[in-house]
Amino acid sequence: MDTLLNFLSASCFLIGGFLCITGGVGLLRFPDFFTRVHAAGVTETLATPLLITGIILNQPDISLDSMKLLMIMLIVLATNPTASHAMTKAALHGGLVPLTQSKDDSGDSTEKQATNKKPSDNGGDISTL
Amino acid sequence: MLFAAVVAIIVTMGLALIRACLGPTAYDRMLATNMVGTKAVLLIAVGGHALGWSGYADIALLYAMINFISSIAVMRFFEYQKTLPSQEDE
Repeated sequence: MDTLLNFLSASCFLIGGFLCITGGVGLLRFPDFFTRVHAAGVTETLATPLLITGIILNQPDISLDSMKLLMIMLIVLATNPTASHAMTKAALHGGLVPLTQSKDDSGDSTEKQATNKKPSDNGGDISTL
Repeated sequence: MLFAAVVAIIVTMGLALIRACLGPTAYDRMLATNMVGTKAVLLIAVGGHALGWSGYADIALLYAMINFISSIAVMRFFEYQKTLPSQEDE
């Protein structure tokens, strides 16, 4: 039983750490703000429960700390997608336009992203939708 | 495995800090800052468990709540900061 719990917590830690690094690399290398939101939000939402579950399984018995860690997991699971959604909405209201061309000019997509800000009237149109 | 998780979290915080310094728009910096805050919660939890601290869960819980509230507040500020000059221009 003890070795099984240790194995489960170790695999949770490994997969969670791998997802953390994946999210960091995606945040650094993706070309557009909205793709970065995807990378950061998806990996954080999966990596946090895995790491917290690893800590809970690694403890000797169920105590008050386990309940607090469960509360941390629930709070992060509730607030992290909310923050991602609200941030994307703020970027749309601010006039940032998502990249939609992928096949033709995939080479210079990072340079296109700098000039992606539309003038102010388009931002107003988006905010009224 | 605890050590590997701590190293992975610290590496991710470094990558997010690089994005926060590079980021072309303010929203990228905001996203990277939010990610650093979430990873700080995880670092407090995993590192506190690894080092055998006594009250690490309380600190991580508090940090998770403050991170969400500060992220929402800064995002609201930037949202209205961006839309107000555009209405003045029109």
